[in-house]
Amino acid sequence: MNRAYIDRCRRREQSALPALWDLLDRVRDPEIPVLSIWDLGVLHDVAEEQGRVVVTITPTYSGCPAMETIRSDIEQVLGEAGVGPLEIRTRLAPAWSSAWISPEGCARLREYGIAPPEQCAADADGLTPDAGVLCPRCGSADSRRVSEFGSTACKALFRCNACGEPFDYFKTI
Amino acid sequence: MNDDDSKQATLAYALRLGDDSLVLGQRISEWVSNAPFLEEDIACGNVALDYIGRARLYYGYAAELAADGRDEDDFAYLRSAREFRNYLIYELPRGDFAFTQVRQLLVDLFNTGYLAALAGSRDATLAAIAAKAIKETRYHLRRSREWVLRLGDGTGESHRRTQKALDDLWGYTHELFEPDALELRLAAAGTGVDTAALKPEWKRALAAVLNEATLSLPADDWAVRGGRTGYHTENLGHLLTQLQSIHRAYPGCRW
Ligand SMILES: [Zn+2]
Repeated sequence: MNRAYIDRCRRREQSALPALWDLLDRVRDPEIPVLSIWDLGVLHDVAEEQGRVVVTITPTYSGCPAMETIRSDIEQVLGEAGVGPLEIRTRLAPAWSSAWISPEGCARLREYGIAPPEQCAADADGLTPDAGVLCPRCGSADSRRVSEFGSTACKALFRCNACGEPFDYFKTI
Repeated sequence: MNDDDSKQATLAYALRLGDDSLVLGQRISEWVSNAPFLEEDIACGNVALDYIGRARLYYGYAAELAADGRDEDDFAYLRSAREFRNYLIYELPRGDFAFTQVRQLLVDLFNTGYLAALAGSRDATLAAIAAKAIKETRYHLRRSREWVLRLGDGTGESHRRTQKALDDLWGYTHELFEPDALELRLAAAGTGVDTAALKPEWKRALAAVLNEATLSLPADDWAVRGGRTGYHTENLGHLLTQLQSIHRAYPGCRW
């Protein structure tokens, strides 16, 4: 279990605003709707500062267009619940890592047909490997990377040699 | 350097890095729907987005430092070519696919050293942007390296084109390693990067790839400079005309 995830769980457990964390579970990655921003590791903290609710998020990739949607969805969900005034803060350091995805998030990704970024599946540089990712359809490890870059910034494209199907892999970064 | 001087210097520095990212991102994006095959098309889109994202982060920081009401869009869309400070290598037309990948290899190797150094900056925002960007650059480098190996050590035609791309680009690499007074001042203050110090490792890593790709390192017999002083090739004006046309025609428009 990674340190960043444990720290995030602790912030949520010890938060003075547990209901807001629960509300924000409704905000999903617009491109991978099985993942909430909590699962994805984008939601860093929810706190109150001088009468304002401050939601802090860590962007995934520098140019990920989903971040804009996520910001406006946070405003909408909290706005509809009458929460305010609201400030959404972007936090760049430490940089987001695929290791921050929650264990539940990894399970949901696999179920959804996307191979999650498992620790075992990084190569020596800590990048996406060129083979050996478990196929989310048949479970075989006999797979190869077709492309480093997939349908969104966070995914690489693989093919399973056992069942012959192509699949997305949530990139190790 | 007093606080205000140092703020102005950091602002100018952030704009340079934003300009580098925006101009290259725009160039790479020209391949979208034109790349040799689907996966490569998608890869070009992804890499371009990473650069545009970086540009937004640098311009956003510049706007914060300027604190005069200008925002990232003002920097990207409302400055003329003479006000841009990107290195010339980024603005050169995309050329053929070999040219695009050789340029990418040259700048990915440069950025690998640059961003690693900038990640240790005393300026917390620049350090954070660099720490994020270097993760993406490692992916870019893996791809550009593989392409240069494949094209260099490929057919006679692909080898010839790749070597030509390298020869045509070579004279534009020198200015990458020639920091000006502003950059040296910021490097001395622990905020910026002294790029001259990056050259030996860059050249060593490049020579290793070229050797494997059966390509030769060109001779240092010509150089073009000017990006950091705003003296550009004619290509930047053309690029900006396209990039800025919508914003200039419909000021303040939103999607
Ligand atoms: Zn399979």
